[in-house]
Amino acid sequence: MNIFLFAISAALVNNVVLVQFQGLCPFLGVSKNTKTAAGMGGAVIFVMTLASTVTSVVYYYVLTPLDLQYLNTIAFILIIAGLVQFVEMFLKKKVPSLYRALGVYLPLITTNCAVLGIAISNVQDDLSVGRSILNGFFSAVGFAIAITILASIREKMERNNVPKAFQGGPIILIAAGLMALAFQGFSGLL
Amino acid sequence: MNKCAERLYNGVIKENPTFVQMLGMCPTLAVTSTAINGLGMGLATTAVLTMSNLMISALRKVIPDKVRIPAFITIIASFVTIISFLMQAYTPDLYDSLGVFISLIVVNCIILGRAEAYASKNPVIPSIFDGLGMGLGFTVGLTLIGIIREFLGAGKIFGFEVTTKLWDPIAIFTSNPGAFFVLAFLIAGINAFAIRKAKKTGGKPKLRRIDTCAGCTNLTCAGRRMADCPEGEDEADAEETAPKKKEFFDIENDVDVKAAIDKPGAAEVKNAEPIEGTMTLDMTTGKVTYTSPEEEEGKE
Repeated sequence: MNIFLFAISAALVNNVVLVQFQGLCPFLGVSKNTKTAAGMGGAVIFVMTLASTVTSVVYYYVLTPLDLQYLNTIAFILIIAGLVQFVEMFLKKKVPSLYRALGVYLPLITTNCAVLGIAISNVQDDLSVGRSILNGFFSAVGFAIAITILASIREKMERNNVPKAFQGGPIILIAAGLMALAFQGFSGLL
Repeated sequence: MNKCAERLYNGVIKENPTFVQMLGMCPTLAVTSTAINGLGMGLATTAVLTMSNLMISALRKVIPDKVRIPAFITIIASFVTIISFLMQAYTPDLYDSLGVFISLIVVNCIILGRAEAYASKNPVIPSIFDGLGMGLGFTVGLTLIGIIREFLGAGKIFGFEVTTKLWDPIAIFTSNPGAFFVLAFLIAGINAFAIRKAKKTGGKPKLRRIDTCAGCTNLTCAGRRMADCPEGEDEADAEETAPKKKEFFDIENDVDVKAAIDKPGAAEVKNAEPIEGTMTLDMTTGKVTYTSPEEEEGKE
């Protein structure tokens, strides 16, 4: 499978939110306007790529030689939590411009199940370190695409007269459901 | 009512994690394509929740406050690993169909939420029943959604054929988009009920929301932080009545403190060393506000 097909598969066909149902909380919670959604998408791309890299390196070069693969859930969640903290501190000190763009979203990502989910499915599918990095990156791109689209739909919806019972949660879920329906069409691509 | 029964009632009915608090959305939508999957996921979560509550409550005086979140996560992850192996050994079919979501019980915010809000502050026995109640509430929610989706999408309930011979099932309900639609209509139904009830009593209806932090119990739950939540019990009401937060003032650096206090919405201050000024994410409007020191000087 070449890189292009791999990218399409990770970002669209197996979209992390709409097809795999991971990371729904930020998807529904931080999608009120397009700018914030894009910022969240950027932060997820950054963290997920980094987390996929570190977790797969740790899995293949630390856990596997020690025969400790069964500890992957514990190891990964601690790595991700630590990593997010570290990235936040590092960016604050060294790259303030990037911190200004992504900083507020970083603490929100620690409990994002998509980051852990991708790290675990990377090792469950026996992806090599290089593939894991690509998978992390393109899955996160898929997340960014989905959250940006949902945010633009919600911006349009602000002006619509939604029935009272559907206001708040339900109408967003229906919009997301229609998006999921559209994304199912991508499965014909591969 | 004694404490344990009260905890069970609280978890299953009063603060039901699925229908009232709207927590744990990912498994709620992902694994409810059949009733049996929903039930299995619910019971696995209940087991982890009960045991982690037990452990955290027993260790609540030992764990230092500063490292409590990593400690909780480690305890929860250990139990998730144990449950995952037990399921792999004894219910291999369920293990395969739930897939990665068994490991993802770790980041289910109901569990960390209960650890933070209840188990870390209360004795062992009530904590066990709190975990059991919340877990059973979650199980009821998942199983109900599973039954609806399986009935509409496959004409079966728990694998038994019900209407398969009478009409063709609507297959979309067992696939991904169906999950969103079923949950949307369930919440809308609950909302409609709340609106009708509020009309009778003349009060304000308490709408279920998933885009705010109404059900937030712990610091980083569901990617929403407690600090970002406005005070008050009803989030929807607070949003409607409170004046929109537009500006944030850095009270420490602002000389004209009085003006800052007079303006509504002056709130949370975060001051990082190399970056001067304040950066805040307002969860109700979803806007990021960044105030640089120069701007603040300009305001003076």
